[in-house]
Amino acid sequence: MYAQMIKTARSGVKTREEMTEQERAFQDKIDADIKIEPRDWMPDDYRATLIRQIGQHAHSEVVGQLPEGNWITRAPTLERKAILLAKVQDEAGHGLYLYSAAETLGESRDELVRLLHEGRMKYSSIFNYPTLNWADIGAVGWLVDGAAIVNQVALQRTSYGPYARAMVRICKEESFHARQGYHAMMKMALGSPEQRKMAQDALNRLWFPAMMMFGPHDSESTHSEQSMAWKIKVKSNDELRQQFVDQTIPQIEYLGLELPEPGIKWNEDRGHYDFSDPDWSEFMDVLRGNGPCNVDRMNARRKAWDDGEWVRDGLLEHARKKAARAVAAE
Amino acid sequence: MSNEWPLWEVFIRGQHGLSHRHVGSLHAPDADMAIKNARDVYTRRNEGVSIWVVEARHIAATAPGDKGPLFEPSESKVYRHPTFFDIPDEVGHM
Ligand SMILES: [Fe+2]
Ligand SMILES: [Fe+2]
Repeated sequence: MYAQMIKTARSGVKTREEMTEQERAFQDKIDADIKIEPRDWMPDDYRATLIRQIGQHAHSEVVGQLPEGNWITRAPTLERKAILLAKVQDEAGHGLYLYSAAETLGESRDELVRLLHEGRMKYSSIFNYPTLNWADIGAVGWLVDGAAIVNQVALQRTSYGPYARAMVRICKEESFHARQGYHAMMKMALGSPEQRKMAQDALNRLWFPAMMMFGPHDSESTHSEQSMAWKIKVKSNDELRQQFVDQTIPQIEYLGLELPEPGIKWNEDRGHYDFSDPDWSEFMDVLRGNGPCNVDRMNARRKAWDDGEWVRDGLLEHARKKAARAVAAE
Repeated sequence: MSNEWPLWEVFIRGQHGLSHRHVGSLHAPDADMAIKNARDVYTRRNEGVSIWVVEARHIAATAPGDKGPLFEPSESKVYRHPTFFDIPDEVGHM
């Protein structure tokens, strides 16, 4: 998802007998759906896993502004431009909420940003794909934010209080993101033959990258067992992916577009759509840094950070001087 | 070298004359900027009519371990609630 392939510090789940008294009390709270709050006792691995997951989620929100920011100046109408600008601003806020949640665990935002810029933390694979034209912007809001919603709605029930509360805020804003994207797609898909072709092309190109957002199959994701026991993850990758496919196919049909891949078929017995696997070797390759835009995204992030340094430092220095003058005047 | 902006906690009064409520945090160099940033992030959809910001390091809080001694004593004091007292219907609404 926005956090993919998060490794728990340990593999396997401790049995109750292996747990210390403190660990047992902690697990009991989680099982009873009592939220864990910042100053409560928690296992070191719970804290470390959460910092990695929330940090990666935060990075994804911020890096995710880049493919869409790319089109703000070229939006087809003033209204679409205002909408896209508002949407991209929301994503900056999402990054803030999540960094704040991570900070309650004792990791500073600057430190997380440093780890990202040094290539020691990741962001979602999806943002390493380009947005080639306006139809892609519609498709991103619809599919990428749509996939994010499926994940984030589940995470509203995550065990860590600040993370869960950040998700509640984010989910309120995300439905605007998905709807504005779908609305832009409607215009294209129900427009001229050329527009329709662009809409179809955007859907086809972004479908598999959107599927990959949920991460590898449950059978491959070796570290999720502990995360599920701790309710850091609430639903499995495959469950979330299926939910996304099931909700999206009727939306494709309403647009009158062709399904993006031939494996999509209603399965009467399962009561769900079947669908094909994305190319998992491509997914792994993008995570390793070899996607179409990895280098661009990281360069843009580092440049923004470096270019902003004099502003951050200048404002802080100004604040210090002002505070010193206020003390002197007393 | 840490030149990180300090952390501020943000409290917003909603539209309905309620108390200010904690909504989140942000980093800012000083109080003025914290309020400006809070306005930009936390009141984008008519969420509020007034903002408080407090630098996070100035907030004192109870420790999770004190929860028992601090809050459990009131559990047994049921007589503090109006429902403890049976008042006959004939008396009318009270
Ligand atoms: Fe977001
Ligand atoms: Fe979004």
